[in-house]
Amino acid sequence: MGKWTRRGFITAGIIAGGGLIVGVAIRPGNRATKLSKHVTGDGETLLHTWVKLDNSNVVTAIVPHSEMGQGVGTALAQMLAEELDADWSLVEFEEAPAISEFANYPMGKGMLFAGLDIPDFVVPTVDGVLIRTAQALDLQITGGSASVRATGAYGMRVAGAAVKEMLRIAAAEAWQVPVDQVIARDSQMIHEATGRSEPYSAFAAAAAEMSPPASPVLKTSDEFKIMGRDVQRHDLPPKVDGTAIFALDIRVPNMVYATVRRAPSFAGGVENIDDTVTRSMNGVVDIVKLPPADVSALLGSFSSAESVAVVAEGYWQAKQGMNALRIQWRATENDRVSSDSIFEQFDRDISAAIDFKSDASEGNVAASIADAAQVIEADYRVPYLAHTCMEPLNATAVVKEGFCEIWIGCQSPLSFRQAVADSLGFDVENVTLNNCFMGGGFGRKSRPDYAIQAAQLAAKIGRPVQLIWSREEDVRQDFYRPAVQSRFRAAIDQEGNLTAWENTYAGKMEPAAAPLVPYTVAAKKIGHVPSPTHVPLGAWRSVDHSQHGFFTESFIDEVATAAGQDPYEYRAARLKHLPRQLAVLKKAATEAQWGVPLAPGRGRGIALQECFGSIVAEVVEVTVNEGDLSVDRVVAVIDAGYAVSPDGMRAQIESGIIYGLSAALYGEITIEDGAVAQSNFHDYPSVRMSKAPAIETYIINSGEAMGGAGEPGTPPIAPALANAVFNATGQRIRELPLQNSALNV
Amino acid sequence: MTVVTVNGIEQKIQVDPTTPLLWVLREQLQLTGTKFGCGIAQCGACTVQVNGVAMRSCVTPVSAVAGQNVTTIEGLAPGPDELHPLQQSWIDEQVPQCGYCQSGQLMSAAALLAQNSSPSDDDIDGAMSGNICRCGMYSRIRKAIKSAAGVQQFEPSAVDFLEGETNG
Ligand code: FES
Ligand code: FES
Repeated sequence: MGKWTRRGFITAGIIAGGGLIVGVAIRPGNRATKLSKHVTGDGETLLHTWVKLDNSNVVTAIVPHSEMGQGVGTALAQMLAEELDADWSLVEFEEAPAISEFANYPMGKGMLFAGLDIPDFVVPTVDGVLIRTAQALDLQITGGSASVRATGAYGMRVAGAAVKEMLRIAAAEAWQVPVDQVIARDSQMIHEATGRSEPYSAFAAAAAEMSPPASPVLKTSDEFKIMGRDVQRHDLPPKVDGTAIFALDIRVPNMVYATVRRAPSFAGGVENIDDTVTRSMNGVVDIVKLPPADVSALLGSFSSAESVAVVAEGYWQAKQGMNALRIQWRATENDRVSSDSIFEQFDRDISAAIDFKSDASEGNVAASIADAAQVIEADYRVPYLAHTCMEPLNATAVVKEGFCEIWIGCQSPLSFRQAVADSLGFDVENVTLNNCFMGGGFGRKSRPDYAIQAAQLAAKIGRPVQLIWSREEDVRQDFYRPAVQSRFRAAIDQEGNLTAWENTYAGKMEPAAAPLVPYTVAAKKIGHVPSPTHVPLGAWRSVDHSQHGFFTESFIDEVATAAGQDPYEYRAARLKHLPRQLAVLKKAATEAQWGVPLAPGRGRGIALQECFGSIVAEVVEVTVNEGDLSVDRVVAVIDAGYAVSPDGMRAQIESGIIYGLSAALYGEITIEDGAVAQSNFHDYPSVRMSKAPAIETYIINSGEAMGGAGEPGTPPIAPALANAVFNATGQRIRELPLQNSALNV
Repeated sequence: MTVVTVNGIEQKIQVDPTTPLLWVLREQLQLTGTKFGCGIAQCGACTVQVNGVAMRSCVTPVSAVAGQNVTTIEGLAPGPDELHPLQQSWIDEQVPQCGYCQSGQLMSAAALLAQNSSPSDDDIDGAMSGNICRCGMYSRIRKAIKSAAGVQQFEPSAVDFLEGETNG
């Protein structure tokens, strides 16, 4: 546990009940120089990591997450302001700089202990373990839908409440009145008996000398005034007039531009380059070979192959120069691999079931199958998927006299900073990373390959370099959502009751719970077999839930159909033990008028998936007209415990649905001769305006532990859509994307 | 040398005339609001207006706009402290997520409204389907276009401005 000192600096403070506060209270001139440079204004006091109060009484939430578009800053600032009883118009936020003091300990805690009520006496132990774990990982990542549920619940609220307590005590001392007579309201401290009232900032300096309270009291939801309300996102005005600065918009004097290419089949570097034409081209500065790089992230380690860069005075010249290069890549054994051979391998490995690892096992599946009135079997498949963030990968780096400064949009600033330092052989203290607005992340921007390339180029060229990947490189050198095959067998009895559920699939990342089904079943056996390929894998919005949601929620529909029962009723009858799931499912069915007959050629499908602490059900309505599929309407219901920013949550659900719909309709990365066959939006399409369904989102505030919103909208859309197609046409979709089916999408 | 009028200011540009307008805007003129998304006229992130018509600047050689009027997102608002009605409705409807596609979306939408002050859903589909939003904010974009169109119907001055602006 950290301690307050005379200089008002605290290395780490832990607050019982879940919050952990680091780098508290620091003022200009503080010895902790790394922190003090972030207290810029005269008269500013950094109360602790999450809170800064300046002498115009503006409270700044320092948000340890990257803004990928989710409006994270706004929701977190709402949580802080609520507990602090701040005037919302005096609340601002900024992203925490990429230095270890801002490592996101509460997020680690949320991921590890989400939903658990940790008894008070264990809290210090849990925190102690987490401090070390988080320090080791340099954990400052955005992903796992953790921003609001972890940082917010464990960090911001506790921080706000603690700061308010400290300010109240400081006010009481200054006024010589009992502290319980001091009221905090709208960023003012008030003593009603004497009619005194002063802004919070008047007490900031005194509060900075104080120890934080051991267990600040948090409000209950009926006391909320700022949480749960729609507030305008702070980051939108610069996003409508072109002034928002993304990494691609950074301009450094004397900067050159670069673009890169790596071996198409992921391994094997350069055999030979003929650069005669390129070197003679106008504006070309240099052609550089970059070594293989370790680009490990939290989801598995990986080393990316050698790449070739063309550096020029402008991006266009670099791109033209790249096109004119004749690169011969070294042949590797990957070159014989294709999507067909990969799926044949999955099929073999599932059948052989060598090294089968269980995810869940209960009852006697073999006996239930032997006794079954009917056994239902099916194999499902999904392809690799690229992320195609709207902003192509890019980074700008300056390397000079042993220091590196880099501007980038990334989901894991601290680990990127470490990776850049390692690749240059620098101490991490000599690398400054500026995280900019991010034009989408979706999991791709947690791998530091593009940061390393930019830094190495800047070191080599001796001038600032802006590296911009072409869209083609982005599609072909991604860390892909895995291709997966999943085999099912289910048994039902005479009444249609589900008596056995058996599922084996090839390939697993996380979370472990992704393939589990919530429905009551007497016996189950769920597990996976390893079936590695050379294709680099990474986290893709909702990680394993994106594929397993499709598999399990489609297959349960098949089971319901085999039992001759309505797919919604069939699910509902098997969720009696899970009232939250049941309520979400029911609400979706009701809002979508489930059961009201549709015209011929139209169909409805439903799906339910819990992920990252939130439960989401979606109902999709489609029309199939002479083979042309149109997705007309999506009704979504989410129970994320409590919606801090209801409109922000609706926006995230809409976003997750369209992202998942693009994948369900069109998304497919195929492998030919070891390499990705697709290259840009013409052959790796996205849903566009004309294909976008109307989306209605309903929020249930159950009051349970908070879940995420960025990812849980994605998993149910593909199965709800496939089930709707079945309802409309009688055609069961067991492979994605739908583009490959008989339907026109 | 190529001469182009960008946001009302005449610019003399010294680049290879085949260079796409996108890179001239971003690198020579420091107008970074116009974004790069695909480079092959598929995503609309680079949309600007040329004489009021939405164009993909990533595939438009700068020589093709010599002597023309180019409007970028930086020139969409009528004045320094004012917003175009679409920019206001983009904020009112909380349209952007990451925001990266939104310059292009706004430039396409503004070109649509300048031609058609009360677009139908089909009109919106037709004008906006060249602009991808990977964050999937299509319902909000649709709603914001309609509400801005509503503003125009009741405020003739806004319509006048749009026509004046986009026609030159
Ligand atoms: S960058 Fe021009 S259309 Fe995509
Ligand atoms: S807002 Fe992110 S791509 Fe449109």
